Amino acid sequence: MSRLEARPEPSRAMMLASPLLAALAMLATGSLLFLFLGQEPLHAFYVYFIKPATTAYGVGELLLKATPLILCGIGLAVGFRADVHNIGADGQLTLGAISAGCVALYFDGVDAPWLLPLMIVTGALGGMAWAAIPALLRTRFNTSEILVSLMLVYIAYLLLSYLVHGPLRDPAGYNFPQSKMFGAAATLPLLVEGLRVNAAFPLSLLFVLAAWFFCRHTFAGYRMRVSGMAPAAALYAGFSAPRNVWLAFLVSGALAGIAGVGEVAGPLGQLQPSVSPGYGFAAIIVAYVGRLHPVGVLLASLLMSLLYIGGESAQIELQLPSAITGLFQGLLLFYLLAADLFIHYRFKPRVRTIVPPLSETPA
Amino acid sequence: MNADYLISFLASTAGAATPLVLASTGELVAERSGVLNLGLEGIMLVGAVAGFSVALHAGSLTLGLLAALLAGMALALVFAFLVLTLQTNQVATGLALTLFGIGLSAFLGRDLVGQTVTPLPHLAFPVLSNLPFIGPLLFRFDAVVYGSLLLVAAVGWVLAKSRVGLQIRAIGEAPASAHAIGMPVVKLRYASVLFGGALAGLGGAYLSLALTPMWVEGMTAGRGWIALAQVVFATWKPRGVIVGAYLFGGVTVLQFHGQGLGLAVPAEFLSMLPYLATIIVLVIICRNPQTILLNKPMSLGQNFRAD
Repeated sequence: MSRLEARPEPSRAMMLASPLLAALAMLATGSLLFLFLGQEPLHAFYVYFIKPATTAYGVGELLLKATPLILCGIGLAVGFRADVHNIGADGQLTLGAISAGCVALYFDGVDAPWLLPLMIVTGALGGMAWAAIPALLRTRFNTSEILVSLMLVYIAYLLLSYLVHGPLRDPAGYNFPQSKMFGAAATLPLLVEGLRVNAAFPLSLLFVLAAWFFCRHTFAGYRMRVSGMAPAAALYAGFSAPRNVWLAFLVSGALAGIAGVGEVAGPLGQLQPSVSPGYGFAAIIVAYVGRLHPVGVLLASLLMSLLYIGGESAQIELQLPSAITGLFQGLLLFYLLAADLFIHYRFKPRVRTIVPPLSETPA
Repeated sequence: MNADYLISFLASTAGAATPLVLASTGELVAERSGVLNLGLEGIMLVGAVAGFSVALHAGSLTLGLLAALLAGMALALVFAFLVLTLQTNQVATGLALTLFGIGLSAFLGRDLVGQTVTPLPHLAFPVLSNLPFIGPLLFRFDAVVYGSLLLVAAVGWVLAKSRVGLQIRAIGEAPASAHAIGMPVVKLRYASVLFGGALAGLGGAYLSLALTPMWVEGMTAGRGWIALAQVVFATWKPRGVIVGAYLFGGVTVLQFHGQGLGLAVPAEFLSMLPYLATIIVLVIICRNPQTILLNKPMSLGQNFRAD
């Protein structure tokens, strides 16, 4: 006796409401957690979720952190739509950072306007090259793209670590494992003086538009959507599955690579042993919470960015452990998946139906 | 390279292989029942921190292992509830579980960084442990190493010969038919996923209680994912898990013994070996679609709802 009843068709209202429900459930759990950690919940809530957005600097940081999430999230969403699971965005981001970093260091001292565009292109190519490996192995040898793209994340981290400890280490850097600081021509211009948010943010908004256009108005985008929703229909229509895999990986690899450029040519200004606190993984949550829709990804990125910033502010002001951020991120995705139940099912209240005796039924 | 060195290399291989043996065996049972749990990495991390925390505070390694087992089951229960009862997508839910487990373990372990426990004691068998060569190679491991091997044998027997094993295989191949002839599909899938979670938790605790007796954030370093790859490598057969895990154990140990073996390669490149090996092995196994088609449980990753 199931109390869940399948809806005749997926509920569009629930599709939009469930991310909100998930966010509310996460906030409620967060308040409980604050209480458990001996904090006054309302105050902690304010410090974590509201205060960061009340100053210009805070908003700048919010947009700064949202940028790599938007870039990676959009790329992943395009793939997830076609049921292609790129889990290795953090590795592709790292490779983008490495490639762009190599360009910046090679042309160190060159003060030319073409340097930044060259870095962005190289970063995108680096991310694409890293993403091409799982795509190639999946299409050629049928190897799980999930596992391969993930293994490549660890390899990318180790490669970066090798480079900053070895060949790319700043000789004048007191033996710290980091590269030279990039020159002014290799650094993204700031949007507003005094804030750290830089030109990568408007660039990411351009990609939101481009992705929306791709999904909505191009045949390739249509093919990918059909392949994700109805693989049998896509097969019947002759849509090529390998082409979807390649497209998904190259697009998300390029965007993740650009996100990596945004980090090293932005707030970091150099290559460091780690260029991402897991943006590529957080972007998985962003993609799902954003309903695999470009505009949704934008909103979800801002929410996830708030979680990062709030975590920092709670750590400083309330001495709360920074690991709370990761906990909230995971919870958000859990709640979203659970709330998604109501897209396809609805609760049927258990009503005791009294069957009238046969004799009393009107003829 | 002298004999002592070879012995220590081979002996540490068993230690490095054991977390993989445990986690892969559990996942193998879950996958045989048709459920793909991509959350292994998260479960192992939570198992590692739970085991370490309890062992440190209660002063008992046995309690630590038990706590890890229960923590793994608790997390697997969350996964099972979402996937089996709420019918969520298995891939997305597994990823969520890993991301949640990474956050939860870092949160729970925030005060444990830098502390240590006495690692699991190595057993000493009378006479046998003192035999030259054979002794250190076969008879000086901790109880979990032997236990994990017995466990694989037991799981192999249960899946192949027992009634419940037959049922698990049946619901993994054809849940609808199994349901039609009265098998409790959802209950058995719950049980298989919980079993997998318990072993993944245990595998995580083996890292923090035996291999490196401390807690470091993210200390599984992808072993959960490698364990998932091992199930494919084993083509869903328990004995394959042992071969794969010991092969990978050897590759993992190579990074610590690289210098001693005279490999003039930067440490980072040696550390890449397990991940590279995983990719290469996956390619070799998967390049023949027949192998996968013949062995992979037919309903793997697909939800089943009886109504």
